[in-house]
Parts: sequence; structure tokens; C-alpha cells
Amino acid sequence: MSSDSGGMDLTIEELEEMSRRCRINIVKMTHEAGAGHPGGSLSAIDLIVALYGTKLRIDCDNADWLDRDRFIMSKGHASPAVYSILHEVGYLSESDLMSFRKLGSVCQGHVDMKWTDGVDFSAGSLGMGLSFGLGCSLAAKMDGSDRTIWVMVGDGEVQEGEVWEAAMAADFHTAGNLKLIIDRNGIQNDDFVNVQMEVGDVASKFTSFGWEVLEIDGHSMVEIVDALDWATTIDSGPCAIVANTVKGKGVSFMEGNPAFHGMAPDDDELRVALEELS
Amino acid sequence: MSAPSLGGASRDGYGAGLLRIAEDPRVVVIEADLGKSTKSCHFRTKYPSKSFSLGIAEQNMMLVSAGMASSGKVPFASTFAIFTERAFEQVRNGIARPELTVHICGSHGGIHTGTDGSSAQSIEDLAIYRTIPGMTVLHPCDDLSAEELTVQLLDHVGPTYMRTARNKTLRVYDRDSVGDLSIGRGSVIRSGTDVCIIACGVMVSQALIAANDLADDGIHAAVVDMHTLKPLDKDLIDSMSASCGCFVTAEDHSVIGGLGGAVAEHLSTGITVPLEMVGVDDIFGQSGASSELMSSMGLTSEEIKHSAIKAISRKSG
Repeated sequence: MSSDSGGMDLTIEELEEMSRRCRINIVKMTHEAGAGHPGGSLSAIDLIVALYGTKLRIDCDNADWLDRDRFIMSKGHASPAVYSILHEVGYLSESDLMSFRKLGSVCQGHVDMKWTDGVDFSAGSLGMGLSFGLGCSLAAKMDGSDRTIWVMVGDGEVQEGEVWEAAMAADFHTAGNLKLIIDRNGIQNDDFVNVQMEVGDVASKFTSFGWEVLEIDGHSMVEIVDALDWATTIDSGPCAIVANTVKGKGVSFMEGNPAFHGMAPDDDELRVALEELS
Repeated sequence: MSAPSLGGASRDGYGAGLLRIAEDPRVVVIEADLGKSTKSCHFRTKYPSKSFSLGIAEQNMMLVSAGMASSGKVPFASTFAIFTERAFEQVRNGIARPELTVHICGSHGGIHTGTDGSSAQSIEDLAIYRTIPGMTVLHPCDDLSAEELTVQLLDHVGPTYMRTARNKTLRVYDRDSVGDLSIGRGSVIRSGTDVCIIACGVMVSQALIAANDLADDGIHAAVVDMHTLKPLDKDLIDSMSASCGCFVTAEDHSVIGGLGGAVAEHLSTGITVPLEMVGVDDIFGQSGASSELMSSMGLTSEEIKHSAIKAISRKSG
């Protein structure tokens, strides 16, 4: 895919169909690897598909194009979601996806810009992506470039203090080209977020840090597309979309199940998952 | 080389070096509230549009720098050496792992920092950054060499850490000799055949004083300014091993993992020769005037001299 204006000009139905294909690849690649993080990939994928499908200005023939938009996936364990969309837009082959987590694979366990064309950030340690995005944002402003910097974090991730260091700095430096998407799926590694350490009203917290904030249903493609449109109209400072999502969305036994934060489906589970997604 | 005279602090050299490369459009300066201390403040005053203050938030500073580096900028980020350590994992995972060219400067390194006390006296920074793959680790000895190495960093590819010192030190180089420095190559600042003293940072001038004292006793000591701890100039060490037959290392840093550790690692894999280490002996510092504190912890020319005599006595044959 190559797009100067951004996105792929897809309809809502086409975006939903792309999400379904991505979900299938998420469960297939984690099953093949016998490891990985399907839950947070499935909660995030509708948001990611909408972003690539309607907004992101990239050039697959020139992955390092300086003026491309950035997608900084800070919750790097949800790498299957990123790899599935990079397959859709043409960066990765199906065999690349099935090599996930294997020795020498371009699909590392956590997204890594050194290993994968189309990946803009080396994640894996939570809390760092928003800071990195702010650096990209400030560089774009220095260059007078209209490239837009999109960052995704998880809701458990905002327990990391660095997120709030970055949030404060982004407001101070009026980073109007910086757009944050928060995947509010309510589950982190060990348990539900409200058991481990509730993060509370995330929208109000960002608002109090000077951000423009919109809260949406992160699985309604219509709401997501509208929210991305809204975000691109904000240029006076940073903005955040708090997307309420369901961990494991689309696979019944993974939905709302903390066990599938970091566990791959076995053979029987894969079969059921594929039936539900087909 | 003539006896050293008092110059500025190496942190002053960092500030001066930044001004010399400021016109390059790629250069940006990142601060975490300590620009007046690290001396990046001069750049910020003169080039405000290329300077970014991020408050007292070192973790964010490291990743903002990484993001800028990924966007074609050459960031120079500075704070106290000790506070860079707060963001060690950010440096490791966010900068070094994706091989981004970010130049980190940690000022106020070592016991030499003095009265601020042990919370500000990083004695482990060189060791921890040396363990990161692909990271270049620098520790210049005076203001002029810090300035020169800062200028050279502009065209250096890959992440770097440079430690500077708070207080003024004896000047080892002059404007002519400093131009011979090169990142990754140790600098032989005094020749000799009985023992080789390899030093870095504020201990280089002490090594020269020790070498002068040793000469009074008829002992000819070579002195190397090992301003680059990583990559270590192994060829130079091998050459000095052949000509001198024993070593003393001298650093204002823990003897664990720093310059002494680096030299020991190399020597232990080849022809082993005696090595004595002068450094911080696995203890924290305290408040005190810099010179008194250095003396109390054995970071002196006298200690280097005694260690040299001991190393020579350990030579076989």
C-alpha cells in the first residue's frame, strides 16, 4: 500500500472485515508460536485497523520515509495485532506471521523497529512509547512537517510513571500532532486492573494534564473512525482517545479472561476460535 | 608534556563543545532541569528553538531523545551521572536496543563531586553503561578534551554515554595536542618503560603527577588517558603490556566494572601481567571538600605511585 493522503479509503464494512481477518491471524500466530499475547491484541485490533485503514500516511515501498505518520505501539506485547495489520498493508507475508517468536523471525515477541519494516518503535517495556512519540512529535514540529504521531498504550500501562512524565511534557510543549489511543480493556498481566491497582477515570486524569480527551466504544468501528477524525482536528495540544474495549474481543472464551493476556490457544481452542471468527 | 595547569571542569568542555556544533541542523539539546549544572544551558540560551526542557523527569528525557533520533535529529541529553542511572532501563531498551544515536552526558560523576555527598557521587555509571551492547562510553579528563570529544560525537553513529566532572581539574591537553584525540583510541600522554598507568577522568592529571614523582625515584612510567572505556583500545594495552610489563589503572569510580575492570577483562584473556587498580573500593562516599574526600578514599597521585611500585615488584623475573 502506498498512500500520500493517509489511510486506505475503506468503508466501515471493509474495516470490520479487515479486523476479522486480523483476528484470525492473531489467534493463528499465537497458536503456532505456542506463546504470545492474544487478549490485548484482540482488544486493540479494531482501533489499529481503523487507524491504518483511514488515517495513517505510510509508504510500504519506503518504510523509512521521514514524513510518514508514525504508529508507536507502546503495549508491545500486543505485537500480533501489529503484525496482522502489517500483513494487511503489505509489509509482512503470511509465512512471516507464522514465524512469530521463532529464531530469526522478523516478527519478534515484542514489536521491534530494528527487526520489522513498518514498526516505528522498539517496545516490550511498558511506559516508554508516549515519551518516544513526544520525541517524534517535537522533531516533526522542528521540521515543519505535518506528519502525525499516533501512540497506543494499555490501561494497565498507565500505572507506569513515565506515561505521566510524558503527558505533562506533551501539554507543556503543545504537541498538537501527538495523538494517544488508550486501550482500556480492564485486564493486565496478573489480573483485572481494578484488582492489581485501579487506574480510575483515565479520561479525567488526562484532561487534568491539559489534554483533549474523547471516550468511545473501542469496538464500534463507526465510533472509532469518528474519534480518529476528531483527533486529527485537534492541533492546539495533545489529545487522547480512551477506548473502552474487551480483552480477547471476538473469541468467546478469551473475552474478559485474564488467563489469555499472555497465553496462546491450544489446538482445540484454536479450532473453536477460528469457527467463531469465520 | 609540561606540568599540568588548572583549567575548567570537564562539564565546561561539554557546554563549549555543544556551542561548536550548534549550527548543525540535526543537533538538539535535551535537559531535565540541570542544564546550568551540565552546562548545556549555554546552548539553550543561544538556541532556544533547538533546546527542550523536560523537567525533572529523566525517564521521559531518554525516550524523547530516542524519538527525536528516530526522526533524524542528533540529541544531546544531559543530567547528573547519577540521575541517568534512574533511567538505565530506558537507555538500555529505548535507546541502545534499537541502536539509536543519542548522546547522553552525565555530569558530576565520581567522588570528585564533593560536598553534595554520596547521593550525587555516581561511582558505578561507567560500569553499567559499559555492559550495554553497542554503547560507547567516554570519560574525558579535562575541559579541552571534553570539548573535543563532544564535537567528535556529532558524527559518531550509535548511542553514547559521556561522564563529565563537576569541579575544575588540572588541564592535561592544550589546544594543539587535544586535536589528536580520537574516540576509541587511548591517548599516550607520557612515555615510559617500567610501568603503564592507564587513567580516565580526573585521575589522569593525578597519574601525570605520580609519573613525575616516580621519575624522581628513577622509575619511568608511561601514562595513558583512556578517555574511551568502550570500545576499549585493546591494541594500545597490548602494546603497553609489551613495553612496560605491568599496569596501574586509576579512576574516580568503583574498581568493580569500570576502567580497572575493563583492563583486567582484556589482560586476563592474553598474556597476563601485573595490574593494580586505584579507584573506589566498593564503598559509598560522603560530603566533604573534593580534595579531602579524594584523599580519604585513596584517589590520589600518592596512591597511584605506591600502586606502580607494587605492580613493578610483581613482575616476574
